[in-house]
Amino acid sequence: MKDFNYHSAKDSKEASKLASSSSAFLAGGMTTIPSMKLGLATYKDLIDIKNIKKLSGIKVSGKSVTIGAATKHVEVSNSKDVKKAIPSLSSLAEGIGDPQVRNRGTIGGSIANNDPSADYPSACIALNATIHTNERKIEAAKFFKGMFETALKKGELIEAIEFQIPEKSSYQKHPNPASRYAIVGVYVAKHKGDVNVAVTGAKSCVYNDKEMSKALSGNFSSSSIDGMDLDSSEMNTDMHASAEFRASLVVTQAKKAVDAC
Amino acid sequence: MASLVGSRVERKEDKRFLTGKGRYTADINLVNQTYAIFVRSPHARASIKKLNIDKALKSSGVVSILTGKEIADEKIGGLIAGWAIRSEDGTEMKCPGNPPLAKDNVNFVGDPVAVVIAESLAEAKEAAEKVEVDYKVLKAVTSTADAMNGDTIHEGIDKNLCFDWLLGDRQKVKDAFDKADKVISIDIINNRLIPNAMEPRACVADYNAASEEITLYTTSQNPHLSRLIMSAFGNVAPEHKLRVVAPDVGGGFGSKINVYNEDIVCSWAAKKINRAIKWVAERSESFLTDIHGRDHVTHAELAVTKDGKFLGFKNETIANLGAYARVFGTVTPTYLFGPCATGVYEIPAAYTNVKAVYTNTAPVDAYRGAGRPEATYTIERLVEKASMELGIDKTELRIKNFPTAFPFKQTLVHTVDSGDYVAGMEKAKQMADYKGFEARRKESEGKGKLRGIGVTSYFEACGIAPSAAVMSLGCGVGLWESAEVRFNPTGQVTVYTGSHSHGQSHQTTFAQIAADELGVPIENIDVVHGDTDKGTFGMGTYGSRSLAVGGIAIVNACKKIVEKGKRVTAKMLEANPEDVEFKDGEFIVSKSNKKKTIGEVAFACYLPGVRDEMKSPLPEGDEPGLKETSFYDPSNFSFPAGTHIAEVEIDPETGHVKLEKYTACDDFGRIINPMVVEGQVHGGLAQGIGQALYENAEYDETGQLMTGSYMDYTMPRADNFPEFNIGYTCTHATTNPLGVKGCGEAGAIAAPPTVMNAVIDALGGQEVTMPATAEKVWKACKNLKKSNVKAA
Ligand SMILES: Cc1cc2nc3c(=O)[nH]c(=O)nc-3n(C[C@H](O)[C@H](O)[C@H](O)COP(=O)(O)OP(=O)(O)OC[C@H]3O[C@@H](n4cnc5c(N)ncnc54)[C@H](O)[C@@H]3O)c2cc1C
Repeated sequence: MKDFNYHSAKDSKEASKLASSSSAFLAGGMTTIPSMKLGLATYKDLIDIKNIKKLSGIKVSGKSVTIGAATKHVEVSNSKDVKKAIPSLSSLAEGIGDPQVRNRGTIGGSIANNDPSADYPSACIALNATIHTNERKIEAAKFFKGMFETALKKGELIEAIEFQIPEKSSYQKHPNPASRYAIVGVYVAKHKGDVNVAVTGAKSCVYNDKEMSKALSGNFSSSSIDGMDLDSSEMNTDMHASAEFRASLVVTQAKKAVDAC
Repeated sequence: MASLVGSRVERKEDKRFLTGKGRYTADINLVNQTYAIFVRSPHARASIKKLNIDKALKSSGVVSILTGKEIADEKIGGLIAGWAIRSEDGTEMKCPGNPPLAKDNVNFVGDPVAVVIAESLAEAKEAAEKVEVDYKVLKAVTSTADAMNGDTIHEGIDKNLCFDWLLGDRQKVKDAFDKADKVISIDIINNRLIPNAMEPRACVADYNAASEEITLYTTSQNPHLSRLIMSAFGNVAPEHKLRVVAPDVGGGFGSKINVYNEDIVCSWAAKKINRAIKWVAERSESFLTDIHGRDHVTHAELAVTKDGKFLGFKNETIANLGAYARVFGTVTPTYLFGPCATGVYEIPAAYTNVKAVYTNTAPVDAYRGAGRPEATYTIERLVEKASMELGIDKTELRIKNFPTAFPFKQTLVHTVDSGDYVAGMEKAKQMADYKGFEARRKESEGKGKLRGIGVTSYFEACGIAPSAAVMSLGCGVGLWESAEVRFNPTGQVTVYTGSHSHGQSHQTTFAQIAADELGVPIENIDVVHGDTDKGTFGMGTYGSRSLAVGGIAIVNACKKIVEKGKRVTAKMLEANPEDVEFKDGEFIVSKSNKKKTIGEVAFACYLPGVRDEMKSPLPEGDEPGLKETSFYDPSNFSFPAGTHIAEVEIDPETGHVKLEKYTACDDFGRIINPMVVEGQVHGGLAQGIGQALYENAEYDETGQLMTGSYMDYTMPRADNFPEFNIGYTCTHATTNPLGVKGCGEAGAIAAPPTVMNAVIDALGGQEVTMPATAEKVWKACKNLKKSNVKAA
């Protein structure tokens, strides 16, 4: 690993002031540190944001759950409030990687990184999340731009993620057996009025499957999507799963999620 | 005194390991040490046009940079194959040179071309990036099945063929097949695995200019053997000027048998720079350069009568050796594979033909089970298929072909001294509730799931091995083992063993054996291993040989101690040596109340005199001291055996395979410590189930390792397994005094076919290759649906 400067920011303002084109925020470090060790990324400055008090913690109101960006996965999975308000969100957190990863990795880091097979992005889409940054509020639907790409500008810091509490919801992941990231993960959330079917792992970026959303908004039953033949042309193919298999898994996991709601 | 052998004695090593006090190679830091980083080929096959170290030499902190040229100039020898195999046509196998640092050609990704030695690890890394190598990239050969049609990797080795070996009689087999009612045939792949010891390889080499001695601390399963090879073939130093220490080693599974490039280079370089050098593999280096395991492509056939008697067996296998043939690389797919491929059955005629090929991949060598998992997979998949095609219950078909009398002369090589395969099968069936399976299958079907049951009966030749036998077959060394048992004057005992413990618990189990033999409390016995300066010599630990060979050497050395003790007691108590009996640590003159404890005898041996008298307790001809050595050469291999039964449930929509039940009923002969044996069985099963369902080393066609990290190489985890249901039948080995057989490899041998037979049973007999990943199984489920629709 190449040498770098370490900074610990006390507040958001300091953190974004320190940011430059050759810096990264250090949250859990679960992505940043391994990529630096492998020589895939080099930074001159790492700006630790874990000590910014404002970024940690969970707040639940009647309509939403707001989670600070530097909140660890383990905190989300153990939170009684989250379990009560949106149980599927706490079980999603419980299914991320392994205990070591959950004890350090953060929700903000996960979303900022926008790995195509990460779990949290699907929760953001399914639960109509609002991403609060030090500069603005961004709707989830406009936040995830593409593979490892988000609407964040350089130096913009995620402060919290606000999830809308749905009527019912479930997240079902078919994990990569090695890394346990999602080969396909489907987050189904039934809100008043409409149903979101957020899919991660299948394509280069998380997306809301319009076809299934429509079918389920009409009739919220797994039978209404059973046997659906999804277009696999844009789906990922790698040594763990072909596009064809992923297309089938999207429907299977969506059905499971609906049944589990 | 109650016997310790057979009881669950707590492990002496646990306190040290569980409190972080283990001392592994990477924990060793020597004064003024330097750090090594190896510059490795990023290409699978290339010639080196130019190698320029000028820039790197100027990098900060660099002490030295050495390349293949210096290695060649100083005639430092390369890595070797330890077993010479002859082809069917009588020609000797063909092995390329394998210099510790490549000079002209690189043959796999990770092949080292230079070593950079610097004051710090960071500086060594920085400088290594500045070493400029100009490669001419050549077309790589990576596929096992097609290797013989690829470009020639090593000059003069036609078709990339190391040997084309035959064991058995083709004509006899042909005659048997001519008489068969039915021939069952199968094409299988034994997937390539990466051993993944928890502790990556490492070495620290030191040079003492005063004594002119090199000391190498390394992650080895067999330090004496490493010294022998480095000295005799590596030309690093004469044996008496080379000390090899393998301290605590965190798992080997065969991957730490070999002497590796880094061991030779660091030892040689430490002398050159007259400073200590430390090298610790990063996990990515382990993936690329540790030996890999398995990698066979096999076509096999079984000739049967219609009522299920086996008549003949054919096995045509291509075995991948990787880029070079290493220590056990050539014996693993031959003598460790062929003889066991007929399994636990009476088959009148059989042959195994193996074509061993070179490819531009990491060297393939012995990995837990070594050859026997491949053999067992071949025959047990075939037998399972036979049961389906003949419509005979899978357990009945096996029993029908088991030998009933022992010794059992197995078709090709071995004479199995003892066993009771029928009893093992019956017990396994009971443990697994085999009868209740159909009900469980229905229950699964009710939930929309597919359920399958799979059986494997296996035997393995281990406790390797009688020296004369293995040397007659081409082995470069004898495979005896040595032990030295040393009493201190005040009565404690140190046992030196040539075996090495890297997870096997020898500190405990070997002490149990010595405690029983000598009647000394186990707290007063220490087991010492892993240092060529301590103990006589040792062939090391692999092939489930530690107990069946090394343990017997300890027993024999203890027996010599007891013999001497009897003579000394007789002299001290003025009795006939023949009248002295030894029991529970006491030498008793029969029909008298005269006795001496073994502690008193030891004391007398070291202090052989008394005040005011000219009197020695030592009989004429006996020297002072109490220390005995034994070199034990076994008279036969040992033959653990057993039956395993697995049940899986498959979700046809996702292809997910859930292992629901796993039963292992093994015959390991006498069991020294049931707790330790359970640990060995669990570990072996984890690796065997890993092979069946999860693990796979995959190269792309250019020779890049696709599964070079844990993000892509699936290691099984605890939540992948059900509670293991473990039981034993214990028929004692008749060829060694303890009656032991060995238990280290059984799980890895039996589990792959057991699990795959269950998966394939659930899939209605459709073949899938290992690992049975979700996508493969999902596809098979889709086919099943289609064919069911057709049938309906
Ligand atoms: C072995 C392993 C298994 C894993 N398995 C899974 C899995 O199953 N599912 C899954 O979803 N994830 C998985 N992960 C990823 C993990 O969940 C982390 O969430 C993820 O690595 C990023 O979070 P972090 O806090 O570690 O971020 P860091 O590594 O600290 O940062 C990552 C990136 O995000 C940026 N960043 C961090 N915080 C902020 C912020 N507040 N505002 C703006 N930018 C920010 C940083 O600048 C950096 O570019 C796995 C990781 C590992 C190592």
